[in-house]
Amino acid sequence: MITLNETFQKAKAKGEGLLIGYITAGDPTPDQTPKIADALIRGGIDILELGLPFSDPIADGPTIQAASLRALNAGTTPIKVLDMARQIKAEHDLPIVVMTYYNPVFCFGVDGFLSRAKDAGVDGFIVPDLPLEEAGDYQKAAKARELDTIFLATPATSMVRLRKIVDASSGFLYLVSRFGVTGTQTSLSDSTLQLIKHVRPFTATKVPLAVGFGISKPKHVQQVIAAGADAVIIGSAFINIVKNNISNPLVALQELQATARALKSATQP
Amino acid sequence: MKLSNYPIDGKYGKYGGQFVPEILMEAIAELENAYTQACADPEFQHQLDYYLAKFVGRPTPLYYAKNLTRKLGGAKIYLKREDLAHGGAHKINNTLGQALLAKRMGKTRVIAETGAGQHGVATAIACAALGLKAIVFMGTDDCERQRLNVFRMKLLDAEVHPVESGSKTLKDAINEAFRDWVTNLESTYYLIGSTMGPHPYPMIVRDFQSIIGKEIKQQFTATADKLPDALIACVGGGSNAMGTFHPFEDDIDVKLFGVEAAGEGIKSGKHAATLAAGQEGIFHGMYTYILQDKNGQIENTTSISAGLDYPGVGPEHSFLKTIKRANYVYATDKEAVEAFLILCKTEGILPALESSHALAYALKLAPQMSRDQSIVVTLSGRGDKDVETIAKYTGAQI
Repeated sequence: MITLNETFQKAKAKGEGLLIGYITAGDPTPDQTPKIADALIRGGIDILELGLPFSDPIADGPTIQAASLRALNAGTTPIKVLDMARQIKAEHDLPIVVMTYYNPVFCFGVDGFLSRAKDAGVDGFIVPDLPLEEAGDYQKAAKARELDTIFLATPATSMVRLRKIVDASSGFLYLVSRFGVTGTQTSLSDSTLQLIKHVRPFTATKVPLAVGFGISKPKHVQQVIAAGADAVIIGSAFINIVKNNISNPLVALQELQATARALKSATQP
Repeated sequence: MKLSNYPIDGKYGKYGGQFVPEILMEAIAELENAYTQACADPEFQHQLDYYLAKFVGRPTPLYYAKNLTRKLGGAKIYLKREDLAHGGAHKINNTLGQALLAKRMGKTRVIAETGAGQHGVATAIACAALGLKAIVFMGTDDCERQRLNVFRMKLLDAEVHPVESGSKTLKDAINEAFRDWVTNLESTYYLIGSTMGPHPYPMIVRDFQSIIGKEIKQQFTATADKLPDALIACVGGGSNAMGTFHPFEDDIDVKLFGVEAAGEGIKSGKHAATLAAGQEGIFHGMYTYILQDKNGQIENTTSISAGLDYPGVGPEHSFLKTIKRANYVYATDKEAVEAFLILCKTEGILPALESSHALAYALKLAPQMSRDQSIVVTLSGRGDKDVETIAKYTGAQI
């Protein structure tokens, strides 16, 4: 099984950036998720980020909020999300990271959930409401199971914090591109590109740099990679395709694959 | 360790903390710094005292409810009349303090969440008085239930943003306020309305609300040579209760009772009694008791009083419960309405439905105590806003 680290090294050797695809697990239904993942992987995503739906996703915009609600209404549970990861891993050799708010993990029991996740083939976790200062127990549990802990950095993060966050991150660093929540936008702001250039020296020798929030078009991907990021994270753009084709899942899968392909090409020189 | 020394490193025992997105970490550190500096600045306290006296009308009376006491035939019942504060509730104590802090920090835009609308109205009042722009997030279900408060906020020049997401009530208004805050971090101050959220909010709100307990102490000891035997306050997020309890936390002979909303009954599952029926979890930036399902998803709550309709509770209450310093009990919708009607008739006071939960417990407790003992009930707000709800509940035509 290829690890996050190896995936980044492989891309580096080829001289290309990575495409990380986010989907909300269980949206619109749990049985669709492996098919959606399959379409994105065929389209060329390098890493799958599987969102574990939560009732109160405070860091997410309307697109992922609605996706979370659809997934929960369809009966998605934390254990079912791990089952989906296992199923995807059985067919594809690519790293899967789980994005989850902390409470579902805490409620299950941190050690127990991380053990189950490891067993399902999950490579790492992104927990957006668990800042470094509160992450002690979780870091210990993740480290013991060789799960990567991906922390987030933002435009509001000071240099002092940034150094600590970089040191604590493994797999990659998730750089939030802007002030705000997840969701698509039509153009990428200059401040995002400046932010990448500012953060790059801190991560360069330590951990790969992935940039997310508000990136949806091949042109954005090119710009972000050119500015020095190792990877881009795309979420809401994929989820919009799922949402717009709920009654026609085959069309959704075709579009997801084509969109992933176009975005992936933009990571290549 | 004195209980009044908490929080220590942002925690009340193991509860509290700062479980928020990274983007807010610098902002809450900045807030804590600004608050610490403000506390050390006599000019800030002077300004706050001025507004509390001249604008809010403090101190609010501690009223001996002699008719109710006689009717119950037990402990003497005193009412801390927060219903007489400007705006009609205790909420103004906190919004004025925080709005002054926002101004001090150079913020121009203040955002707030509201359930019933009381915190929204109190925020609008404080912002109008201090020349700040107020934006209030309110679930669309609550906007519909509390149309008058929506209009009041607009009259006070606040913008009301209806929130369509999730359960369309208070917790969703809070989610949306957080989302706005991360988007407009530079210009914006998030004025949280209860002793909840990430540190330092539970501490800041408690401190500003502690004027309630401090006054109770002064007013009570002015005529008696001892402290009251028991304090009773309702608990949603827990701000009026924390404000009542905090100055008495280290007076261990004073019993503290927090009364949660049991809605249609704990067993019905339709309630908001977080401490009585919830489990520990992580929600809205804090480690505390919450109402959640077995998969850690936050549950919807039910209560006749919109102000107690929240699936979390301030972390200091979770701490006081765990160390058994305070007792957390509950009252159903039915019991609260009965207490509401009794106070109207016996004392000529319309209490808020939230405060009626505290009264409902006083009605049970007082007869079990002796006549030389005393209970102080914090009447957190007035009930004018609730008359329509009471009419509907009792089947009266208005």
